[in-house]
Amino acid sequence: MSDARGVLWHHFHSLEQQKDTATLGMWIFLVTEILFFGGLFAVYVVYRTAYPEAWMDGSHTLDVAVGAVNTAVLIGSSLTMAMAVHAAQLGRRGGLVVFLLATILLGGAFLGIKGVEYHHKWEENLIPGPGFDFHGQGKGHVQLFFALYFAMTGMHALHMVIGLGLLLNLVRQGLRGRFGVDYNTPVEMVGLYWHFVDIVWIFLFPLLYLIGRH
Amino acid sequence: MSDHVVPLRVYYLIFAALMALTTVTVAVAYLDLGLLNTWVAMTIAVLKATMVVLYFMHVRWSSRLVPVLIVAGLVWMVILIALTMSDYVSRAWLGTPGG
Repeated sequence: MSDARGVLWHHFHSLEQQKDTATLGMWIFLVTEILFFGGLFAVYVVYRTAYPEAWMDGSHTLDVAVGAVNTAVLIGSSLTMAMAVHAAQLGRRGGLVVFLLATILLGGAFLGIKGVEYHHKWEENLIPGPGFDFHGQGKGHVQLFFALYFAMTGMHALHMVIGLGLLLNLVRQGLRGRFGVDYNTPVEMVGLYWHFVDIVWIFLFPLLYLIGRH
Repeated sequence: MSDHVVPLRVYYLIFAALMALTTVTVAVAYLDLGLLNTWVAMTIAVLKATMVVLYFMHVRWSSRLVPVLIVAGLVWMVILIALTMSDYVSRAWLGTPGG
């Protein structure tokens, strides 16, 4: 396993078959993730249909500008991730590490901004629980909106934290020169995961911040 | 091995398109289009997700099994949401508790 060419496992015919297998396996995992987040989206649709006014009120407390900036940051991190995979495929080890670090930086920025948003909600007493305080009609239903807001964005943030751990591990292995033209499957697989997490946010942003804004 | 190396230009173009669509979806959110707001926002989100899947995630160049798998997953998610909603929506018609 020391040099990049010696990583074909005995039960595969070729590196290409090995990589196709890894890709398919990763996608099977991502399909389970689609259904995992699908459950949350289903709850969102049920309650939004039942309590549209509360959903509008809840949505209005969120800052669209902050959400939009975070969307841009995350899409930017997807670009640097794609560029990291590109660098790995061409055997550019320096480029790989630089783009992985850029992805980590942007992912960290996203979580930081999310943390500031959570802090504002804490100060406004909009955390579901005994301290929840919303001035207006339908307090209970607005609380439901925030329970879902924190469940959905929290699950998304947890995925990002896991992604950052995976990226740090890739940096460590990249610095040791583990990846090259012949072997870069782990970089690609983490890339798939990272882009998937980006897609979840592409849906969360309009659902939580935008719909019911006007 | 034969990796399909996507030219960087493609990534830059997709990135620019994703940013443009983000701007459009934010702008449209401030217009009152009634029910259409939800449809526009979701259509743009699906469009963005499709671009990420096809280009950033390389599905356009992957084996045919991968898109089959993704579509299967999405079909199950649609079943999940559609059957759940068919229950909740029809409760009001029948006067069932929770409707």
